[in-house]
Amino acid sequence: MNIHEYQAKTLLAEHGVAVPAGKAATTTAEATKIAQDIFDGGSSLVVVKAQIHAGGRGKGKTKKSGAKGVILCRSVEEATAAAESLLGDVLVTIQTGEAGQEVKTVYVTDGVDIESEFYLSILLDRTRSQHVVMASTEGGVEIEQVAEETPDKIIKEWVEPGLSLQPSQARRLAFALGLQGDALKSGVKLFMKLFAFYDKTDASMVEVNPLVLTPDQQVIALDAKVTFDENALYRHDDLMALRDESEENPLELEASKFGLNYIKLDGNVGCMVNGAGLAMATMDIIKLSGGEPANFLDVGGGANVETVKNGFRIILEDPNVKGILINIFGGIVRCDRVANGVLEAIKDPEIAKKVEQIPIIVRLQGTNAEEAKEIIDGSGLNVISAVLLKEAAEEVSKIFAA
Amino acid sequence: MSVLVDRHTRLVVQGFTGSEGSFHASQMIEYGTNVIGGVTPGKGGQTHLDRPVFNTVAEAVAQEEANTSIIFVPPAFAGDAIIEAAQAGIQLIICITEGIPVKDMVIAKSVVDRHGARLIGPNCPGVITPGQAKVGIMPGMIFTEGSVGLISRSGTLTYEAVDQLTKAGLGQSTAIGIGGDPVIGTTHTDAAKLLMEDPDTSAIVLIGEIGGSAEEEAAAYIKEHGTKPVVAFIAGSTAPPGRRMGHAGAIISGGQGTAQDKKRALADAGITVVESPADIGATVASLLS
Repeated sequence: MNIHEYQAKTLLAEHGVAVPAGKAATTTAEATKIAQDIFDGGSSLVVVKAQIHAGGRGKGKTKKSGAKGVILCRSVEEATAAAESLLGDVLVTIQTGEAGQEVKTVYVTDGVDIESEFYLSILLDRTRSQHVVMASTEGGVEIEQVAEETPDKIIKEWVEPGLSLQPSQARRLAFALGLQGDALKSGVKLFMKLFAFYDKTDASMVEVNPLVLTPDQQVIALDAKVTFDENALYRHDDLMALRDESEENPLELEASKFGLNYIKLDGNVGCMVNGAGLAMATMDIIKLSGGEPANFLDVGGGANVETVKNGFRIILEDPNVKGILINIFGGIVRCDRVANGVLEAIKDPEIAKKVEQIPIIVRLQGTNAEEAKEIIDGSGLNVISAVLLKEAAEEVSKIFAA
Repeated sequence: MSVLVDRHTRLVVQGFTGSEGSFHASQMIEYGTNVIGGVTPGKGGQTHLDRPVFNTVAEAVAQEEANTSIIFVPPAFAGDAIIEAAQAGIQLIICITEGIPVKDMVIAKSVVDRHGARLIGPNCPGVITPGQAKVGIMPGMIFTEGSVGLISRSGTLTYEAVDQLTKAGLGQSTAIGIGGDPVIGTTHTDAAKLLMEDPDTSAIVLIGEIGGSAEEEAAAYIKEHGTKPVVAFIAGSTAPPGRRMGHAGAIISGGQGTAQDKKRALADAGITVVESPADIGATVASLLS
């Protein structure tokens, strides 16, 4: 689960991690007040940042006002104008796609003086099955780029399973970044606190880019990107409350309410499959057959009339869909039952109307596959049946050959 | 021979009396797996499916010499169940449960390693040696005895491959479902080692998917030590970056874990990579003929 930067910064501050002063605002008046307070505190720079989940905000632009997603302001008036230009507008970044994302909140924060910039992140190292803290002197740069070009500039400390980041490890990281004296103490404290936060909240990633050293030798998190392990949210009611559903795709959100795992894609052939691996493989076969997958949809272990019906409804909401491939491997679930479920779902008046123009290919394999094919072939409905995956692929090709 | 599970398997089912555990335990018994009993804390002393229920795994080991465990307990308690099995001296722990927090798995895996046990999964379909033992949730009837070993992160995609093999007249030695999570006990490489060293396995089907670098690591091992033909398929060529495709581990992040990179590494190791999942069975058949 992703959260906004302002939420991440608030959580970090609560866990003792140093962050610049700042607050979220949903109106220009609020933003003005926060900016005033920061300037009154002696700062000479305020930064107004659009709060959307997608990255690339600094290089993104809003649709109406043409404002950048991150604006540096030297006066209260500039901060007011910045908030005005962002709030209510739609920000388009490299990650949002053309549709962009509406800016409903801005984060108004102290633009602190910077002596040097670093990179810091904590995440799982899958190869070692250990949490790893990564730091680099190359702050403010994409870490992938650093990993590619100068991998020796990335320092890693692997945390022993079940333990915290040890002080000796935090010191090694700080020394490697060239921190000394007060900066060393400040850095060590931040690394320890940040790992404690990651551990306690079941975060799946914490990325601070840049981490900065101020002229008064304090190490602080200037930016923060935090994601949480969805599987662990059941034990964090407070974090669950930070979910912003308006940042999620409405169809994906609806599908999740029916226990369906749906991801909207840009193609033209919808698919409904049981199992994540087979679902990905089915998307691949659609592509190999000349189509483009319109979605990923895993109906899970129980393919019954209700799941199939809801799956159909959600796939058909997408106007780009020109064909649908249902691929179910019946193991413990019997194919003849799934076939009856599919037919019943298609008879639903709302679905029936929509599928008249769209070819539906149903491929059922596994237990009682032949009986299932007979049920579908004998139904008189506009449904093409297939048994082998190869046959299903050929039927998809026919949609595009016509 | 075969690997991991066979006629000597003495299986204890953790989460025995729950609905999932009950259903799959009865399916495994029907297949012929030697299920010695199960564990449900608080129900020790009862009988379920004509077999004893124990309060702890240690009791199942002491009284029935259980050597393998299969876990069906809910995700919040599954990490603990894995640790309990390892501490009880179980050598092979197969965890079916999906949705275990990563933090729990990092700890559970390290405990399993410390006890010298082997973990398969979590979030996996289990392991089957056709004709001998099914320790998992796969449909037993699609498998046939033979010499093709399978390694896969995914359930239904494995069944698809097995079905194609069976239809092509090729039976299977052992099919290992390693699981779709970011932290798993047995990797593609570990499973490939087992099957490469198994005299009864003549060819290997390796099914991977986007995310992580486990397939690349397996490719490096096979390049160095491979002695048998390997056919590989990588699911997720059409998946966009940054989106989790069902499995927690199936995500392309930071430009890493793409299907193209994996296919290149596998092909470079002399592995036959099929582009279409419909061609797995026929490709193995042609390599073995």
